[in-house]
Amino acid sequence: MRNPPLLALIITGFAVSAAAPYLYRLLKARFVWFGAAFPLTLFTVFMLRYPQVASGVPVRERWSWVPSLGLDLSFVLDGLSLTFVMLVTLIGAAVFLYASVYLRHYEEADRFFGFIGMFMTSMLGVVLADNMLLLFLFWELTSISSFLLIGFNHHVPSSRASALKALLVTGAGGLALLAGMLLLGNVTGSFELSSLYAMNDLIISHRLYPAIVALILVGAFTKSAQFPFHFWLPDAMAAPSPVSAYLHSATMVKAGIYLIARFNHEIGGTVLWQDTILVAGATTMIFAGLLSYRQNDLKRLLAYSTLSVLGTLVMLLGIGSKLAIKAFFIYLIAHSLYKGTLFLVAGTLDHETGTRDVGKLGGLFRAMPVTAVTAALASFSMMGVIPLIGFIGKETLYKAVLDVQPWGMLLIVLAVASSAFLVVVTLLVGFRPFLGKPRPELQKVHEAPIAMLVGPFILAISGLLLGLFPDFFVGRLLEESAVSILSQRLGIEIELWHGFNLVLLLSFVTLLAGVGLYLLRPFVLSRMEPLHLPGLVKPSIWYEEALAGMLRFATWLTSALQNGDLRRYLAVIILSALIPASLMLFSSGGFSVTLPADLSVTPYEVALALIIVLATALLLTSDSRLKAIVSMGVLGFGVGMIFIIYGAPDVALTTFAIETLNVILFVLVLAHLPKFTSRSRTTGRIRDGLIAASAGIFMTLTVLQVTSTALSSRLKEYFASASLPDGHGRNVVNVILVDFRAFDTLGEITVLAIAAIGVFALLKLRTGKTD
Amino acid sequence: MHSLILSTSSRYLLVLLQLFSVFLLLRGHNEPGGGFAGGLVAAAAYALYFIANGVTEARRVFRFEPLTVVVAGLGVALASTLPSILGGMEFMQSVWVNTGIPVIGKVGTPLLFDVGVYLLVLGITLKIIFSLAGEDEP
Repeated sequence: MRNPPLLALIITGFAVSAAAPYLYRLLKARFVWFGAAFPLTLFTVFMLRYPQVASGVPVRERWSWVPSLGLDLSFVLDGLSLTFVMLVTLIGAAVFLYASVYLRHYEEADRFFGFIGMFMTSMLGVVLADNMLLLFLFWELTSISSFLLIGFNHHVPSSRASALKALLVTGAGGLALLAGMLLLGNVTGSFELSSLYAMNDLIISHRLYPAIVALILVGAFTKSAQFPFHFWLPDAMAAPSPVSAYLHSATMVKAGIYLIARFNHEIGGTVLWQDTILVAGATTMIFAGLLSYRQNDLKRLLAYSTLSVLGTLVMLLGIGSKLAIKAFFIYLIAHSLYKGTLFLVAGTLDHETGTRDVGKLGGLFRAMPVTAVTAALASFSMMGVIPLIGFIGKETLYKAVLDVQPWGMLLIVLAVASSAFLVVVTLLVGFRPFLGKPRPELQKVHEAPIAMLVGPFILAISGLLLGLFPDFFVGRLLEESAVSILSQRLGIEIELWHGFNLVLLLSFVTLLAGVGLYLLRPFVLSRMEPLHLPGLVKPSIWYEEALAGMLRFATWLTSALQNGDLRRYLAVIILSALIPASLMLFSSGGFSVTLPADLSVTPYEVALALIIVLATALLLTSDSRLKAIVSMGVLGFGVGMIFIIYGAPDVALTTFAIETLNVILFVLVLAHLPKFTSRSRTTGRIRDGLIAASAGIFMTLTVLQVTSTALSSRLKEYFASASLPDGHGRNVVNVILVDFRAFDTLGEITVLAIAAIGVFALLKLRTGKTD
Repeated sequence: MHSLILSTSSRYLLVLLQLFSVFLLLRGHNEPGGGFAGGLVAAAAYALYFIANGVTEARRVFRFEPLTVVVAGLGVALASTLPSILGGMEFMQSVWVNTGIPVIGKVGTPLLFDVGVYLLVLGITLKIIFSLAGEDEP
């Protein structure tokens, strides 16, 4: 059987996601099994490619899409991609299964599956795309689906604010990323990541290299919530628990890390690149660990520990040695498995007890044994207890950090300290709710339905299996991922047991320190209670200030330019067109007017000019609105007559129709206006008169200037001669409008349609009607 | 202020002006006219009818919701670009078919595009007029 193309899988993913809400309504309770089948099918189809990828031959595909922009639908499935694909689909299956029960009582559960399906497919797109612009496209789609999912409880204002915060931070990062990619594309002339491999020297010696690194890293750091962009992630916990488990711990926040790993080969290897990510990662790791200490909410505890781990992963990429890449790979998989599980466990606790406050939970082992065992397994992995995968991850992490010169000693202290904080989090989330005496207020709590137990349990068991047989399950993938990140194989086997050595000692120290910190926690927190951090050191305050400042600026600008006074609008429009245009007119090449030789006029022209001037005078001096409207109509028709005399019947026809309708519209508006009074003061009138006169003089001068220079353009001749043979029409004006320049017309009528909606909205708003 | 003469004549004028607007639309490619002017004339016809008989009556005679006509117009204009996309040509390159029928002659995508412009202009103008005029009504 031939494997389906990767593009087909992506398209199918989006199609199924679009259909998911309808299927949910159709299948109701039976949706549970369909929901899990969708990611599992994707998982299976991708696994068919495993032998090929494991043998060191990446799957490559390419379809042309927008060649003029360098945007191709090109995909690559190598070791790194496949690792992420497996995480995304496998955890996706657990989350889909879980969510279809968890969300049963939500009114809008149907659309949830559309959103999360869209997210899963976009995430697959991110890790499969070989074209940078395509990667960016999927990247933004994950931001948008994350926005929709964080704000899923959209009737709660804080939930909406959190969603907006995440969108603005990751969206701004996305823009930086796009800019970085465009620079990179300009420097190398290619947007294909695989073709950049060979150009590392060219890129890092280019003068734009620091800018490229900065922009791409801003994109990656915002997405992966690295300090100082970390603050959106804890707030994103406003999302339902399955979302937190899936997007905000196991997959989406790892997109930034994927990006760094993917670009490491192309633009990495320099001091700038390695040290920046090392410092950012280490800072995030330790600060997030410290911040997690004072949290009481199950999900916020997990969120801060996620931040800490994300920091660790970034730091490992910054170290960049073979050992560090190995640690990165194992830690990545271990974290996705245990953190996904723990978030789902937190969701189950919330679902069954109605609270996420660790202070109120306890003694639930008897009531929820399966959940308790699941939580314990995941917690042991997170603490780094043998024989789970987390243990190998931590061992390798310590080993890689110890090798760093010259900062190894400092980094190992930070790594052990932040791991100790992770231990505190696991004790609070994974054990404390289940141990101790059963609480009277939690008497009626019972175990969650089976569909909510299966997913987390399988993820937790996977952590154990991977720990026992690491080389069997992920050994080949590790080798191939290392090729993608470092362009060389590691040749290191993954083993569970390394013998008694310094690293094992450090693991014990970590556990002891964690337990110690846990026991000291009530005491320390009671001491810390009166302390308040000044707002200046919190990046979230920077964000809020920036947002508030932007809104203040927008309010000021609106009231300055659009204060509701029609004359102000006109003045702004006219002056902002007039000033730059007259600068152009008088500065470039000098201003010269040669009057046409023949200045004789016909009686018609004189009569028309008189009519127009008289109508204008009447308009300016009229003491009633009706009189003003009628004189404006006369003025318009006079202008239309001029078009007829000079042989532009099309323009004249349109002018007449417009003027007629104008008068009708004005008369209609008239009925709604208050009695006519002259409210403007003399100074205001003089000012308006000056603006109007200068606009008139400018137009006159422009016309004279334009007509007195001979046109070099041959457009007129071209249109006149091509109209009949190419456009099949004798009316040149019309052929230009609907054929030669039809694209312009299409834009104009689209604007008109939008204007119609605007008019409709304005009139409805004014009268306060709802339709 | 109800004028019997205007009211009666507007019924006939409505039909005549409609015909005239379609005439303008169709001849636009060779003589003065076109979708924009045609649409305006058609809108003026309904405006006249509205002045004579009131907005409720005018809405009833027009039958469609003006915004729907706007959408239809934009849709028709966009649809006229499809042949060029599907044919792999430059975007909006015109495609002509010789029907061989007398009077009608060649029919091409620019005509379809112009029909879209016609509908759009008609819909927008009527939307504005009806909205402004309809405010007093409950």
